[in-house]
Amino acid sequence: MNAGIRRLVFLAGVGVLCAWVIVPIYLIALGAFSGRTGVFRWPKSLWPSEATLASLQAFLAIDGVGAAAMNGALVAGLTMLFSLLIGAPAGYALARYAFPGATLFRLLVVLTRAFPLAILALPLTVTFIRIGLYDTALGVALIHTALALPFATLISASLFVGIPRELEEAAWVFGCSRIEAFRRVVLPLALPGLAAAAIFAFVISWNEVFAASVLTVRNKTLTAYLLTVLAESPLHFRFAGGFLLIVPSIIFIFAVRKYLFAMWGIANR
Amino acid sequence: MQQSRFVPYLLIAPATLFLTLLFVVPLVQTIALAFSDGGAPSLGNVRKMAGDLNFGLSIRNTFLLVLTVIPLQLGLALAMSMMLQKISHGRDLVLWIWSIPLGISDLAAGLVWLSILQDRGYLNSLLFAAGIIEGPTNWLSYEHPISLFVGVVLAESWRATAIVLVILVAGLQLIPAEYAEAAEIFGAKPWTRFRKITLPLLKPSIQSALILRTVLAFEVFAVVYALSGRNYPVIVGEAYAWQQVNQNNGVAAAYAMLVMAISLVATLVYLRVLRVRPETQP
Repeated sequence: MNAGIRRLVFLAGVGVLCAWVIVPIYLIALGAFSGRTGVFRWPKSLWPSEATLASLQAFLAIDGVGAAAMNGALVAGLTMLFSLLIGAPAGYALARYAFPGATLFRLLVVLTRAFPLAILALPLTVTFIRIGLYDTALGVALIHTALALPFATLISASLFVGIPRELEEAAWVFGCSRIEAFRRVVLPLALPGLAAAAIFAFVISWNEVFAASVLTVRNKTLTAYLLTVLAESPLHFRFAGGFLLIVPSIIFIFAVRKYLFAMWGIANR
Repeated sequence: MQQSRFVPYLLIAPATLFLTLLFVVPLVQTIALAFSDGGAPSLGNVRKMAGDLNFGLSIRNTFLLVLTVIPLQLGLALAMSMMLQKISHGRDLVLWIWSIPLGISDLAAGLVWLSILQDRGYLNSLLFAAGIIEGPTNWLSYEHPISLFVGVVLAESWRATAIVLVILVAGLQLIPAEYAEAAEIFGAKPWTRFRKITLPLLKPSIQSALILRTVLAFEVFAVVYALSGRNYPVIVGEAYAWQQVNQNNGVAAAYAMLVMAISLVATLVYLRVLRVRPETQP
């Protein structure tokens, strides 16, 4: 085959795969912006004819949607905070110290990923009712942290491995204590990566639906709320809700795109 | 430094405590809940689960879905990661576009494909314009089990190929370029280089991608629910229904145990079949 034609076929393949990702997102956006009547129009046009904010506004005006969105953001924020506060020190220990039990700890962390953790929320309903965590943002955030913690630990371990130990040692020589050296030398270098890990934890929590639905009644996250009302919602509400779920995810993946591979590369070995 | 011996344990203590409280304890509780009735050990919940109308169907459906989607995703992700190596301009943009679905939840992915596949959706509009169908057709009803299945496969492949891709691309970056170059000098064709060099060296990444993806795939539920309600029963969907609709957490826990056992077996199979010998890796 001619090299030029081969190149063309290759580029067409790349283009088709890009379209495979983007076109469905465009179509649900179209569904979300086409209003109540637009959803039932037949046959549909693939171009926006009468863009309207009516569906999105009506969806946001439903009693409970705003609260659920706020609650989802709160749960995801807490998850982000917890998984970083608990995961980063553990990652630092794995990266900097050789200690008996390190392998065992790493195994525990890796093992949690081989389990469908969200399902384990089932017995927690009973425990959570007893200790008053049922139907609270804190309760959902705790189980979401269990989901995000393995990632946060392994990602931060790989980040800290990537920062030369010599920098830290130089700081000790100049009279910094261990904590001071960490705060003034290591932390600034690791911060962007840690932020990426935190954002990833946010996305995990924002998207999780099973545990969030099972552990709440009134204080649902947006994803869990949508799942609960799905059966009785008209189509244009479903599309508006689906679109609103996707928007923050796309922004966040864009924000962490540089770290996506550093995060997954070493974290998986 | 005498004190520094305790430092690492101090650092991992919170994580260990947390994982014990929210992973090990619920795990034990789930087992207890599934195999007891009113505090006494009993197989009642398991029997109730096995006698349920949807039980066999949900297992069959879940396995069918996993066995279709996982090979599809691995093949697609491998092809995409190989293509990325050949792109010179705009590689970052293409990579970002291909990894967008990474952030999209299963529920949202189901809704995205609902907008396309619903009876008055975009697919039917296209088919209508092409003269293939005469009017709105409901592809997602239980009367069309095959098109319903294809719809779920499409949505799952669309959403979750990105995670496999990202893990594979990250793994490819760790393979030194010299190996492929050496093979090329000795006359190996691209396909031979892929099969004899890239694939074996990529095995650890393929293994972890498959484990992660398969465990998540057996948990599939929201995608299916968004597309078809309970027209296509899956295992975790049944667990959800027993918990939320029937208010019976014993049977729900029995379903949870089932998913857990299947995931564990799948993980062990991958660890065994894709065994990585350290001496074969750079």
